[in-house]
Amino acid sequence: MASTTINPTRMELNRLKKKLTTAIRGHKLLKDKRDELMRQFLEMVRENKALREKVEAGILAANKNFVIAKAAMSSEALKVALMAPKQEVFLETSERNVMSVNIPVFEYKTRTSDPNDIYSYGFAFTSSDLDGAVKSLADILPDMLRLAEVEQSCRLMAAEIEKTRRRVNALEHVMIPQTQETIKFITMKLDENERSTQIRLMKVKDMMLAEAHGYND
Amino acid sequence: MYKMAVLGDYDSIYGFAALGLDTFPVGDTTEAAEQLKHLYKGNYAVIYITEAMYNALGEILEQFEEVALPAIIPIPGIYGNTGVGIANVKAFVEKAVGSDIIFNSEN
Repeated sequence: MASTTINPTRMELNRLKKKLTTAIRGHKLLKDKRDELMRQFLEMVRENKALREKVEAGILAANKNFVIAKAAMSSEALKVALMAPKQEVFLETSERNVMSVNIPVFEYKTRTSDPNDIYSYGFAFTSSDLDGAVKSLADILPDMLRLAEVEQSCRLMAAEIEKTRRRVNALEHVMIPQTQETIKFITMKLDENERSTQIRLMKVKDMMLAEAHGYND
Repeated sequence: MYKMAVLGDYDSIYGFAALGLDTFPVGDTTEAAEQLKHLYKGNYAVIYITEAMYNALGEILEQFEEVALPAIIPIPGIYGNTGVGIANVKAFVEKAVGSDIIFNSEN
C-alpha cells in the first residue's frame, strides 16, 4: 500500500530498510517473549486452578466447622473468644521479574514464633468444636497465601500476554507488510526514473549526432 | 511490612481474626466499596473478599485490576461457592490464550 505522501528518494529508501530490519528483529523478540510468557503462564494457571479448588474446599470445610462451633456456643461467647487475636500475620513482599512482568512474591511471618499459637481464648469456656474450626482455617492459610500470589501473577501475566500478542500481530500483519510494500514502491519508482533518464540521454545523443553530422535516421 | 485483610459479611469472615488477619465485616455493597477504597490505600498486600461481595462490587473492582499490589482475591463465604473464583481463572486463560484450553477438557 503505497500512500501518496512518500518521497521516492534514496534517503527514504534507506530509512525504510532500516525500519524494516528493526521491525523484523522486534517481531522476532516479541514473539519469543510471548511464547515464553505463555509457557510460564500455563504452568502457573494450572497451579492456580489446583490451589483454588483446594482453598475453596478448605474454606467450605472450615465454615462448616465454624457453624457447628457457633451452634454449641452463644454468639456473645464466640465474639468474646475471637475478639482479641493473639496471632498476627505480616507479609514481606518482593517482586520477581518474569519476562518484564513483575510478579509478587509473598513471604509471611507471624507475630509469635510458634505459628500454631492461634487460639486467642481460654479453653475452659469455649466449645472444642471452635478449636477444630480455627485449626482447619489455620491449615489452609499457607495455601491461601500461595493462591493470592499465583492468582495475582496470573492476572498480571494474562494482561501482559494480551498486550504482547497485540504487538506481535500489529508488527506481523500491518507494520512489516506495509514497509515492504513501500520499499517495493520506492525501488520501482527509482528504477523507472533511472530508465527514463537513460532514454532521455539516448534521445539527446541522437539529436546531437543529427545536428553535428546530418544523420537523419 | 504488609498485612492481610479480609472483607465480607461477618459470619463468613470472623474466623480469620483468630489467624491474625485483619477482618472488616461489612453489611452492604456501599459499605464494602467504602471499606475497600480505604483498605486499598492502607498497608495491605492481600485483600480477601467474599465471593458474594466480589460479585456485588463488580465494576468498582475493575479499577484495581492492573496494579501489582494489593491482590484482591475472592474466597467463598458461608453461603456457599458461587464459582466466581474459578470463573476468574478461566477468564485469565481466555484473555491470554484467546480460548479456554485448561477447563475445556473437563466440561
